[in-house]
Amino acid sequence: MNDMRLVERDVSNRQAKIEARGVQVHYGEKHALKDVDVAILDRTVTAFIGPSGCGKSTFLRCLNRMNDTVASAKVAGRITLDGQDIYDPRIDPVQLRAKVGMVFQKPNPFPKSIYENVAYGPKIHGLARSKAELDEIVETSLKKAALWNEVKDRLAAPGTGLSGGQQQRLCIARAVATAPEVLLMDEPCSALDPIATAQVEELIDELRSQFSVVIVTHSMQQAARVSQKTAFFHLGSLVEYGETGQIFTTPQDPRTEAYITGRIG
Amino acid sequence: MTDVTAGAPERARGGSLLEGSARTKRRRAREWRMKAYGIGAIVLSLATLFVMLATILMDGVSAFRQATITFPVTVDAVIVDKAGNRNPEEMAKVTTIGYKRLLSQAFVAHLAAEGIDTAGVPEKDLGDMLSDDGPARLRDRVLADPSLVGQVVEVSVYATGRIDGYLKGRVTRATAERDTNVTPEQLDLADNLVAAGILTMPFNWGFLTGPDASDLRPEASGLGVAIIGSLYMMVLVAIFTVPVGVAASIYLEEFAPKNRLTDLIEVNISNLAAVPSIVFGILGLAIFINFMGLPQSSSLVGALVISLMTLPTIIIATRAAIRAVPPSIREAALGIGASKMQLVFHHVLPLAMPGIMTGTILGLASALGETAPLLLIGMVAFVTNYPAGPFEGGVMDPATALPVQVYSWASRSDPAFIERSSGAIIVLLVFLVIMNVAAILLRRRFERRW
Amino acid sequence: MSVFLILTVLGVLALAGFVLARQRAMALAGGDARRLHSRPNYYGWHGSIMAAVPAMLFLAVWQIVQPMVIESRLSGMFPPEMVQDDSARTLLFADVRRIAAGLESAIASGAMSADEASALDAGAVRDRLAATGVALGADVQPETLAAAQEYRGLATVGGLWRTVLVLALAVAGLAYAIKLTGPEFRARNRVEGVVLALLMLASTIAILTTVGIVLSMLSESIRFFGMYPIQDFFFGLTWSPAFQGNSQLGLLPLLWGTLYITLISMLVAVPVGLFAAIYLAEFADARVRAVVKPLIEVIAGIPTVVFGLFALVTVGPLVRDWIAMPTGLGNSGSSVVTAGIVIGILNIPFISSLSDDIITAVPQSLRDGSLGLGATKAETVTQVVLPAALPGIVGAVLMATSRAIGETMIVTMGAGAAAQLNLNPFEAMTTITVKIVSQLTGDTEFNSPETLVAFALGISLFVITLCLNVFALWIVRKYREQYE
Repeated sequence: MNDMRLVERDVSNRQAKIEARGVQVHYGEKHALKDVDVAILDRTVTAFIGPSGCGKSTFLRCLNRMNDTVASAKVAGRITLDGQDIYDPRIDPVQLRAKVGMVFQKPNPFPKSIYENVAYGPKIHGLARSKAELDEIVETSLKKAALWNEVKDRLAAPGTGLSGGQQQRLCIARAVATAPEVLLMDEPCSALDPIATAQVEELIDELRSQFSVVIVTHSMQQAARVSQKTAFFHLGSLVEYGETGQIFTTPQDPRTEAYITGRIG
Repeated sequence: MTDVTAGAPERARGGSLLEGSARTKRRRAREWRMKAYGIGAIVLSLATLFVMLATILMDGVSAFRQATITFPVTVDAVIVDKAGNRNPEEMAKVTTIGYKRLLSQAFVAHLAAEGIDTAGVPEKDLGDMLSDDGPARLRDRVLADPSLVGQVVEVSVYATGRIDGYLKGRVTRATAERDTNVTPEQLDLADNLVAAGILTMPFNWGFLTGPDASDLRPEASGLGVAIIGSLYMMVLVAIFTVPVGVAASIYLEEFAPKNRLTDLIEVNISNLAAVPSIVFGILGLAIFINFMGLPQSSSLVGALVISLMTLPTIIIATRAAIRAVPPSIREAALGIGASKMQLVFHHVLPLAMPGIMTGTILGLASALGETAPLLLIGMVAFVTNYPAGPFEGGVMDPATALPVQVYSWASRSDPAFIERSSGAIIVLLVFLVIMNVAAILLRRRFERRW
Repeated sequence: MSVFLILTVLGVLALAGFVLARQRAMALAGGDARRLHSRPNYYGWHGSIMAAVPAMLFLAVWQIVQPMVIESRLSGMFPPEMVQDDSARTLLFADVRRIAAGLESAIASGAMSADEASALDAGAVRDRLAATGVALGADVQPETLAAAQEYRGLATVGGLWRTVLVLALAVAGLAYAIKLTGPEFRARNRVEGVVLALLMLASTIAILTTVGIVLSMLSESIRFFGMYPIQDFFFGLTWSPAFQGNSQLGLLPLLWGTLYITLISMLVAVPVGLFAAIYLAEFADARVRAVVKPLIEVIAGIPTVVFGLFALVTVGPLVRDWIAMPTGLGNSGSSVVTAGIVIGILNIPFISSLSDDIITAVPQSLRDGSLGLGATKAETVTQVVLPAALPGIVGAVLMATSRAIGETMIVTMGAGAAAQLNLNPFEAMTTITVKIVSQLTGDTEFNSPETLVAFALGISLFVITLCLNVFALWIVRKYREQYE
C-alpha cells in the first residue's frame, strides 16, 4: 500500500461548504474547543488529526449538532452550511442532520435487516414515494458503499451478522441513503482490520465525487492517504489547516511538526 | 423536503434549512406526543400514589384521637365488694356487668349534677353512650387497688364508636335515624357534653398500646399486640437471615467453584425471590406448624416464614455489596500472605458491611409489610392477650402483626374499623419510613467511591 | 435436661474449649506465639468447634429421630384398624402427644403429683387436664391414654440418654482438640475448613427451601387427589366447597378470575410503566430523573395490604358508583376491574424500573447512529431503541405478570369471593390466591378435600409463576448477553 498516495492536491477551486468562525465548546467546566476557524470545501476530503482529547471529534460533532444530545455541552460561535447558520434557533437539527450525515467510530448497525438499516433514513425523511423507489435507494446506496455485491442475496439478514468491515460499509450506505451533502466520519476505521480499512478508505475516495467528506482520524498515514485538506488540532485549538501535502511535508507550526514526526501525541 | 429524483437519492442542492418542512413539523408533533404520554404516565402514577396516601392519612389520622367522657364515680362497696373484706379474690367474682351499672349510674348522676339537659334520652341510652370497655377497665383498676372501694374516683371512659364517629364526622343525624346503636338525641346530647367539657377528644394512647377488641367495641381496639408481634418478628428475622444470608453470600461470591451445584443454588435464589409470598405461607403451615408442631399464630413461626422469604433478597443485596469491594484490596491482602478466609473476614466483610446493612434494612422493611403468608399461619386470629416477654417464651405466644391487623380490621363490618385500619397503616408507614431513612443515611454516611 | 439447658452447657463447654486449647498451645510453644503454626486464637476456635459442633449435630439428629422411634414403637399398642389410615394415624399421635404434654405440664405446675398422673384413668383425663388448662377435643380412649403414658416414659428415658450422650460427645470432642493441640498442629486450616463447610451449608438453604416448598405441597396434593379426582380438579367448571362433603372443586373458575384480573392489571401497568420508563430514560434531564425515579419506586415499597385497603375503600366504590352502576354492568364494590386497576398501579414501578434499566442498557452508539441520520428522539425510541430492548421488556412484563398472578392481599380485599366464569369485568370474581387464603384460615383439620385443595391450588400457582419467571429470566439473560 502506498502510504503517501498524495492524490489531487489541487482543490483550491472548490467553494466552501461549511464555514466555522470562532467556535467554542464547553463541557460543563471544561473548555474543550477554543476559537476554531475553518472552511470546509465542497467535494473534498478533509481530515482532522491530532492527539486524543484534542477536540477534533468534538468539533466534528458540532457540524451536525450531535453535541445537542449531550446535556452539558455548550457551543458558541458561528457555523454556516451554505451560508446558513446551523445554530439558528429556527433550524431543526433533524433536518440539518439529513443534510450532514455521520458515520461513527464503532460500526453501529441497528438490530434490523440489512435492507431496513439502509431504508431507515429515507423512511423517516420521506424520501421515497413507493416501495420501488425505496428499493432503488437501498440498492444505489449499497452500491455506493461498495457492499451491494456482497449482500444483494441476503438483504433480509440481520445487519449485525456482517463482518466488521461490512458493518462499517453498511453504516456508510445508511448515511449515504439520506442523500446528505456532507458526510462526517468519526474515526471510521479504528475498529477495523487492515483489509477492511483499505476497503473503507477506497470508498471514501470515491464518495468525494458527490459529497464533502470530513474524517477524524488518529492515523496520520490515513489522513495522508485519503484527504486533500488536513486540520491539526492540539489541546482544543486548531493549530494548522491546509493542503494535506503541505501539512505533512512543510508544516508551518512547530507543534504540527512535532506531532507529524512523532514527538507529541 | 425536496423531491427525490427517481432512482437516486440525489436531492436538489440548496433549499433553505430555515423553513421547517411540513413533514418535519409532523415528526416533531409526534415527538411531543410521546413526551406528553411519558409525562402523563408519570403524573398519573404519582397522582395515584398521592391520592392513596392522602386518603389513608385522612381516614386514619382521626384514629389517634378518641372521644372520651370524664366524670367522677363513687366505687360503691355494696356493688363491688359484697363481702366487705376488700379481698381481691372475692371481689373478682363481681363481673363487668356490675361495674357497668355502677358507671351508668354515676354518669347519669353527674349529668344531673351538672345540669345538662338529657331530654329525649332515656336513662338506659345514657349508659349506652359509654364504651363496654369502661367497666372492664374500672374493674381492673379496683381489683389492683382495693383501697379505692368507697372512694370517689375520676374515670375517663371511651364514648362508644358511634359517638366517637359523630364527633369525627363519620356518623350524622341522618345515619343515626337508621342505626339501632345510636339515636339522634344521643348525638344532641353529645354536643352538649362537648360544650360542657365532659366529652373531650384527647390523644388516643390506647390505640398504640391496647390489644385488639371485638366487633362491638371498635373504640377500644388497639395495636399493642400487633406492634409487639411485628417487633418480635423483625428481630427474629434479622437474627435468622443476617448470619445465614451473609454466610451464603460469602460462599457464593468468594469460594464457590463454578459447578452444577452452585449453578443450581444461583437459579434457586433468583427464582425464590419471585415465588408468590403466599406459597411461603403454605410452606410454613405444612412444615413449621403441621410437621414440626410449632404453635400457630406465634411470632416465631411468622419470623421463620418471613425469613425464608426475605433471605433471597438479602443474599442478592449482600452479594452486590461484596462484589463492590475492588480486586485491588483482595490482591493486596493475598499478596502479604493472608489466607482466603482471613482476606474475607478481615478485609472484604468489614468493607462490605455498610452495603450489607443497607440491603438488610431494606429487606426487613419489605418483610415488615408482608401480610399474605401470615394469614395462613394463623396470625389473623383475634388475640387480646399480650405475648410474654421475649425471654419468657413470648415468641411462642399467639400474636398478630401490623399489616395483618390492617387486614383484619378492614374486613370487619363496622365502618369505625376502616378508620382503625387506616390508622394502623399510618403506624406501619411510619416504621417503614424510619427504616428507609436509616438505610439512606447509612448509605450516605458510608458510601465509598473506589 | 431441656434442650435450652443443654445448649447453654454446650456454650459453656465451647468457651472452655477456646480458653483451654489456646492456653495449651501457648504453653507448648513456651509462650512464644511465633513458634506456633497458626495464630493462637485459631487453636482456641478449634477447641470451641470440636466441643460444640459434633455435639450440636448429634443433638439435632436426636431431636428428629426420637419422635419417629417412639411413634413406631407405640403404633404396636393400637389395634391395626386405628393406625392404618395415614391421616387418622397423624391425628391419633397428635392426641397422644397432647395428652402426654398435658400431663407433664400438670405435674410441672403442681396440679398433679407424678404418681397421680401415672395412675390416671381414661375417663378422668379430659376433666383433669381441662382443669389445668389443657383442652382435649374428644374423650380419651384407654389405648390412647396408655400410649400417652408410654410416650411419657420413653420420652423421659430418651431425654436422659440425650443429655448424657450429647454432653459426653462434647467433652470427648474437647479432650480430643486439646490432645491435637501443639505447635505443629495446623489449627488455622482446620478451623477454616469448618467455617467453609458452614458457609456452604448456609448457601444450600435456598435449595432446601425450594425442596421444602415442593415436597410439602406435593405430598398434601397427592393426599388431596386421593380423595378428589384429579381431572375434576383441573377441568372442573364449578367451585363450590361445602363442608358437609360433595364439594365441587374445579380449578378453572379460579384460574379464569386470576388471569382476567392479571390481564386488566397489565393493561394498566404496561403502558403507564413503559411510557414513564421511556420518558425517564430518553427525555427527562438528569435532575428530573433523580427526583421522579425514586418517587415512583416509593410505590413499590408500600405494603400490598395498603393497596388492598385502597381497593376496598376508594377504588371499589369509585368504579361501582361512576362506571358499573350507571352502565348497569354491576353493583358490587369488589370486582375484576377494581382489583385489576390496583394491581396495575402496584406493578407500574416494577415495569418502569426494569424497563428503564433495559432501555438504558441499549448502547448509546445505536442512538447516535439513528440521531446522526436525522431521526427525532421519538423515532429513535420507537424504531431503534425499543426493538433492540424488546426481549428485555418482554421479560420484565412476564415477571410483572407472574407477580400479578401471585398477588394475594389486593385480590382478597378487592376482587370478591364468588368463583365464576364470567366475561363482565364489573362482577366480583375470585382467584387462586384468594381461595388458598379462605380454605386455609380459620380452624382447619387437614383431612378433608376442602382444606387439602389449597395445597393443590398452591402447587398450581407455584408451577405457573415458576414457569413464567424461569422463562422471563432466560429472556433477560439472553438479552444481556447480546450487549456484553
